Amino acid sequence: MYRYDEFDHTLVKERVTQFRGQVERRLAGDITEDQFKPLRLMNGVYLQLHAYMLRVAVPYGTLSGKQMHMLADIATKYDKGYGHFTTRQNIQYNWPALSDIPAILDDLASVEMHAIQTSGNCIRNVTSDQYAGAAAGEVDDPRIWSEIIRQWSTFHPEFTFLPRKFKFAVCGMNEDRAAIRFHDIGIEVVKGKDGAPAFDIYVGGGQGRTPMIGHLIGEAVPAVDLIAYLESIMRVYNMNGRRDNLYKARIKILVHALGAEEMKRQVEEEFVHVKEKGVVNLPEEEIARIRAYFAPPAYEALPDESSALNEAMADNKKFADWVKTNVAEHKADGYAIANISLKPVGGVAGDASDDQMHVMADLATQYSFDELRVTHEQNIVLAHVKKDDLFALWQGLEKAALGTPNLALITDHIVCPGLDYCALANARSIPISQEIAERFNDLDRQHNIGELKVKISGCINACGHHHVGHIGILGVDKKGTEFYQISLGGSADENASVGDILGPAFTEDEIADAIETIVETYIKIRQEGERFIETYRRVGKEPFKETLYATH
Amino acid sequence: MAQHTNTRATTQAVTANRLLDGEVVYFTADGTWSDWLKDADVADGKEACAALLAKAEPSVAAQQVVEPYLFEVAVEDSAIVPASVREKIRMAGPTIRLDLGKQAASI
Amino acid sequence: MPLIKNGEFADDNWILVGDEDELPADTPVIVSAARWQAERETLLGRNAPLGVKLEAGEAPELIADDLDRFQLVAVNFPAFKDGRGFSYASLLRDRYGFDGEVRAVGEVLRDQWSLMVRCGFDAFDVADGTKIDAFKEALGEFSHVYQATGDGKKTVWQLRHGG
Repeated sequence: MYRYDEFDHTLVKERVTQFRGQVERRLAGDITEDQFKPLRLMNGVYLQLHAYMLRVAVPYGTLSGKQMHMLADIATKYDKGYGHFTTRQNIQYNWPALSDIPAILDDLASVEMHAIQTSGNCIRNVTSDQYAGAAAGEVDDPRIWSEIIRQWSTFHPEFTFLPRKFKFAVCGMNEDRAAIRFHDIGIEVVKGKDGAPAFDIYVGGGQGRTPMIGHLIGEAVPAVDLIAYLESIMRVYNMNGRRDNLYKARIKILVHALGAEEMKRQVEEEFVHVKEKGVVNLPEEEIARIRAYFAPPAYEALPDESSALNEAMADNKKFADWVKTNVAEHKADGYAIANISLKPVGGVAGDASDDQMHVMADLATQYSFDELRVTHEQNIVLAHVKKDDLFALWQGLEKAALGTPNLALITDHIVCPGLDYCALANARSIPISQEIAERFNDLDRQHNIGELKVKISGCINACGHHHVGHIGILGVDKKGTEFYQISLGGSADENASVGDILGPAFTEDEIADAIETIVETYIKIRQEGERFIETYRRVGKEPFKETLYATH
Repeated sequence: MAQHTNTRATTQAVTANRLLDGEVVYFTADGTWSDWLKDADVADGKEACAALLAKAEPSVAAQQVVEPYLFEVAVEDSAIVPASVREKIRMAGPTIRLDLGKQAASI
Repeated sequence: MPLIKNGEFADDNWILVGDEDELPADTPVIVSAARWQAERETLLGRNAPLGVKLEAGEAPELIADDLDRFQLVAVNFPAFKDGRGFSYASLLRDRYGFDGEVRAVGEVLRDQWSLMVRCGFDAFDVADGTKIDAFKEALGEFSHVYQATGDGKKTVWQLRHGG
């Protein structure tokens, strides 16, 4: 993975010093809350319902064991013994004191981490595919390009006061695990004419109150032009994005208003000029330098089949269940990708205790080349585990209550913090997730249902990605009471779609029943081997609507 | 005015977050801030509520609290009860972690 | 309002003239883009330096063909959050090659100065009581930059490879 050099170190340290000064000025009364707020937000500090919240960047979700240990230590020392992994592949602490945050940032800087641009109207943490470098069929490792974008976007002088926040996602192949079509800019690495990596660039995707699928405007943009092309998009947006209405300020609204063709024309016109200037070109040596950090780890030459794994699976059904759901194919023979679910039934989606973080860090060091990834679906990935080691890994996870075998099943939800923590929320999300998980707790039943992605947001800002859930749930407030609206058919992958709202909302007491009715309807009408989303696409919402509103 | 303020509510108290650590606090009759809603001053009627908020506002410039606002309460058997789910959660802590927030003190 | 130019306090000889105000004789004036377009001949006939003020929403393209007529372009920030002016300054310097004064006016935060200098601003209207040390400190907060702008500063990407 990427390691800081003296330049990166210096900049992060200087940022801590700058922020410490900003906090001191605030506590001394030299600046008001109005003046301080944008400064603290630019460094990931929010004021939530109960306390401040600090969002720490995990660039493209990649962490070393040492970094994960530090995240755990911070949770112990400055917070309440846990952290929350988010859809931006970041971690959030829910209880830090403002006066402690500069010290937390010092600790983070000591392990090459920071909270830079994790909030504010700037370019946010770049997200990527959690299987980067491990999945078969990848054109190129997306983390190389994510790191380049991270550096280019850090303290960008021109694009730090944009109309609204700005999110990038990068994936390295046509199988999209990074939801690139739902980002302000989504990038897919493709093969260019010369066979070298090039980039398909999608612009104007997003969720929130106006969900939109991004438009492909840059096709096979060569690496040498990548930064110039991105600068061009950013400049068109910075100058023309709406600033009169918070809800219409994202780039998706600009792209929608102009039309994708006109957006493309304006970007390309800008691009000609930016390119002419020539100075933003990405040096070949720099690409090579960053690429070297993401070279494949030293895999052992192994047979693809592991008899140790086969035997352990035959002996232990619980382990076999975990392998079946949580382990994915790896490109190297004898290796596998292991997913650690942070969705135990009865738990809080995405939360991990300090002890659990230490366990995951140690297991990563022992079994996965000392590297972990945070997924946008709020789980953790160990990307390069020998099949021979899977059983030992699983035993280690089980001991720490991290062996939940439910990846992509009906109990593995994306869930925003909702009204239990968030100052913007209208309704709670976590208890709804817990009720659904408890309802479908039976593992055989979960397997029978198959892949079903439930995503839950506590307000229209859609941090819980409800628009792209196979089943999406949106919490709304009606005169001080929480209600939940259901949508079906959303998907964040390469076959991107926005879910359709089914009908009137349900109360908290009704929601688990409603989900069960939808699932039972699916079981009844599905064809052989058909996943929920495929059935939905075949039959549409009517059959679900009928059964749902007939019984409730 | 904060978006969650109910402008039509008649019985209200003032809450904010403490600047230093973000803790939820309530404005009391003696002009200080308490961690506990039971200590809050309650105002009845539009004018009294506005006056209460005005009395609390100088705490912002004094670096004590952030963003004070009025919220609706009911006084039941001499206990002060927030009207909205949001304020009930602020008063107690996350509903899914009873070991966290103010509610933890009573476990 | 004090003026900081090229990192030091400087005398401000310019007068910002409203659209309805009479033009003072023999004094450098800054006018709106609208007034420039409406009274071009009169303004060119004066015997004093001329500046133009761009509001947020008035991209430099509007005056691009006339830039050699101006010694100063002021860029207004109606609110510190409105970052359009950053792009305007970049365009004025890099695209249109404007080498006169580019002055930031309006609501600008201390923490924006260094970014603005990188985009090409060389002059700032600052609040009364601003200390020049605070300005210098703000500009010195970061030793290196990742992005190339028209300021010619070597980027980290260049420095890493012998720059």
